[in-house]
Amino acid sequence: MNKPTLAPVAVLLVVLAVVPAFAANTTINFLVSALIVTLAAQGWNLLGGFCGPFSFGHAAFFGTGAYVTAVLQSRYGVNAWAGFAAGIAAGAVVGGAIGWLSFRAGLRGSYFALITLAFAEVFRIVANAVPLTGGATGLLLKLDVRPANFQFASRAAFAWIALGCVVAVLALSIAIARSRLGAQFAAVRENEDAARALGIDVLATKLRAICLSGAVTAAAGGLYAQYFLYLDANIAYGSWISVEALLAVIVGGIGTPAGPLFGALALHALGEATKLFAGAITGIDLVLFGLILVGAIAFAPAGIAGSLHSLSARWRR
Amino acid sequence: MYTPSIIAEAVVNGLLTGAVYALVALGLTLVYGVLHIINFAHGALLTCAMFAVWALSDGLGLNVYLTIPPLAVLFLCLGYGLQRWVIGPASHGDDGNTLLVTLGLSIAIENGLLAAFHADTRTLSGDAAFDVVELGPMLLSRPRLIGFGVAVLVAVLLWALLAGTDAGKAIRAVAKEKMGASLAGIDVRHIYALTFGLGCACLAVAAGLLMPTFYVNPRVGNAFVLVAFTIVVLGGMGSVPGALLGGLLIGVVESLGGLFLGESLGQAGIFVLFILVLLLRPAGLFGARA
Amino acid sequence: MSLLQVSGVTRRFGGVIAVNNASLRVPEGAIVGLIGPNGAGKTTLFGIISGFVTPSAGSVSWDGADITGLPPHRRAQAGIARTFQIVQPFAGLSVVENIAVGAYLRHPARADATRIATDIGTRLGLGPWLDRPAAALTVAGRKRLELARALATGPRLLLLDEVLAGLNPSEIRDIIPLIQAIRAEGVTILMIEHVMQAVMNLCEQLYVLAEGRMIAEGNPVTVCADPRVIEAYLGHGAAARMQSHA
Ligand SMILES: Nc1ncnc2c1ncn2[C@@H]1O[C@H](COP(=O)(O)OP(=O)(O)OP(=O)(O)O)[C@@H](O)[C@H]1O
Ligand SMILES: [Mg+2]
Repeated sequence: MNKPTLAPVAVLLVVLAVVPAFAANTTINFLVSALIVTLAAQGWNLLGGFCGPFSFGHAAFFGTGAYVTAVLQSRYGVNAWAGFAAGIAAGAVVGGAIGWLSFRAGLRGSYFALITLAFAEVFRIVANAVPLTGGATGLLLKLDVRPANFQFASRAAFAWIALGCVVAVLALSIAIARSRLGAQFAAVRENEDAARALGIDVLATKLRAICLSGAVTAAAGGLYAQYFLYLDANIAYGSWISVEALLAVIVGGIGTPAGPLFGALALHALGEATKLFAGAITGIDLVLFGLILVGAIAFAPAGIAGSLHSLSARWRR
Repeated sequence: MYTPSIIAEAVVNGLLTGAVYALVALGLTLVYGVLHIINFAHGALLTCAMFAVWALSDGLGLNVYLTIPPLAVLFLCLGYGLQRWVIGPASHGDDGNTLLVTLGLSIAIENGLLAAFHADTRTLSGDAAFDVVELGPMLLSRPRLIGFGVAVLVAVLLWALLAGTDAGKAIRAVAKEKMGASLAGIDVRHIYALTFGLGCACLAVAAGLLMPTFYVNPRVGNAFVLVAFTIVVLGGMGSVPGALLGGLLIGVVESLGGLFLGESLGQAGIFVLFILVLLLRPAGLFGARA
Repeated sequence: MSLLQVSGVTRRFGGVIAVNNASLRVPEGAIVGLIGPNGAGKTTLFGIISGFVTPSAGSVSWDGADITGLPPHRRAQAGIARTFQIVQPFAGLSVVENIAVGAYLRHPARADATRIATDIGTRLGLGPWLDRPAAALTVAGRKRLELARALATGPRLLLLDEVLAGLNPSEIRDIIPLIQAIRAEGVTILMIEHVMQAVMNLCEQLYVLAEGRMIAEGNPVTVCADPRVIEAYLGHGAAARMQSHA
């Protein structure tokens, strides 16, 4: 990560770590939702920001993580933590499968965006229809508050776990950005032919990116299931999460390790603020999100992280 | 039992619906063929047009087919303005950006409609949906027959416009060789916006044809847009005849799929078909180059 | 035994036969030139050697082993590095990051790759631009970047596709000793070049491709006097006309 953005990120993380100890439940709810979206967005960023392919269907991974975590517990009596781990693995597998099919077929750009969207929709329709996932009525996880069961009496504990996941993936993203793998991702993103000529296996590199990405976004889904203890197909595989994951990255700063965190927090804060002002009008916050997406691309393509970077660079001079 | 006449009726009904799908896809493929961008806001704009038809027809009591000409003109202008002053400048000429900008627009439009009209599903009052015509052993819906006729007519008109008029020639020139067209004195930004406007006008017509037998809610466009993408990919991105054939084919597939598999899985069938086409024949079934 | 051997390769694009039954061999340690008029099929032949273009017929062998079906990245790993005639920088990365992508091929650690990239960049005169975005480079700078990146992969064979094109005479004078130095370090070079002064200076062996066919080979002086070569460049009957003027 660029040195100038490191300081604000550190400050932000400390604040986020301290807040749950004192905050009211509504604030913690807000924080947990924002952190879950951050995690999903971090997953999106590992693929779209680092390696290039834009997905419009990250719900496919989020939902898989959520359902595997929940179904293994409720139907097969698997321990919740084990279910969470299995959910993350399943996200990687689904990522690998979708990636293998579409990258091998040479799909890129808009085509890749569309096929990921279609996969997520197929998953949604199927999850809405089959009994395993509870069909249209959804899946309710039994309330059984024990840490060994990944359920906590205090919401703050959950917020810290979500924050822990976000920090872990942040560290992972920074490490990748500074490694050979990161250079290979960037090379594939910038120019596939040149990457090939320099000995990079483009297909394998993209598959690594999408597996990682799927796993991280699936972790977000698993957290969602454990926190809200309820899932249905429109939550788990709904387009809302595909959109928020992508939007948080674009607003926060695409391809930067801290971008998803900035973006998700800013968007959620904004969403709350609109709800405060526009009250009960449903959809008004999303209208704003849509316009922000357009505006971000028009006026701030580098996102919050990029603006911070150039701001602090100017400061030093 | 699936008697031959039931199947034949499903096929014919599929063709009738397919023609309107084709019209939606036509707008999409036209924009892709000329601007080389995927307009992700296509579905949301269709929803918008359907609400407009509903408002004019149910609110003001206008005959639904009479709403089509003014709305087509309005959407032509709307599309022109969107591309010229919003999508074009905001994307900085980058395809990935265009995709995201149109995604942003679709989110804004869809939820704007949600805020304005709530999530309720609305249909036109009156019983146009039950107005049937007997054709041999088959009972066919009159509005769908009209829809088929008008959709085909519009497709032919569009083709004639592209083939015969100066504007059409300019559009084709830009589609083929943007740089050359620009050197020849064609205002590329104007042509882009015009093409986008034509694509939106197709949506207005499609909306007028759909409303008598269909419903509208703020999310209805999503279903259509994926169907339209499937058609466009099937027919070969940018190919006008491909969109027509693809539309008819998808209409029949959906109709037969619904007959044999039931509604909800029939819906998944479209996406699976879409995925298969992208994976196996990304250049389209009819072989046009992508 | 030659390091690279191309045997009877043919490549069609629709109706066009870009390369037609062409063969060449490059001995280890040599600098070999490949010349020919525009559209002769030189870049396509490079594509076949580096694995970007699959030949319709014929074979390529490397260090005695057949590599005709090997994908490009595996060939790069085996030691074949190419530059692109139409430069392909990683536009969003800095110059040193561009070169480091090449260096990572044989040096997994970031510190090593960055050090090697800095060394090679400096050596090729990109020192002042190392931390600038590659997109900010001039044409000459981009040509050097192509060369630097390929060199950073630590190749045994460098395929240079018109790295001198678009450079002015003084830039060409600067870069020729660099190519000689690279060769002196044991890197074998096969270069496509239109700048005859450089070809005559550098190459000990020359191949001439015209309309997809290999029409001449040998040492540069004899090849350039070959009537078939003169005709290929100047049109039918040119050799005879030059003879009669002489
Ligand atoms: N991908 C392709 N598709 C179709 N035709 C191609 C393709 N690549 C090359 N050609 C054709 O093959 C022929 C040889 O092209 P090539 O680029 O190999 O020539 P060259 O010798 O490198 O020319 P130059 O000196 O201009 O670089 C040309 O007629 C070209 O148009
Ligand atoms: Mg060439």
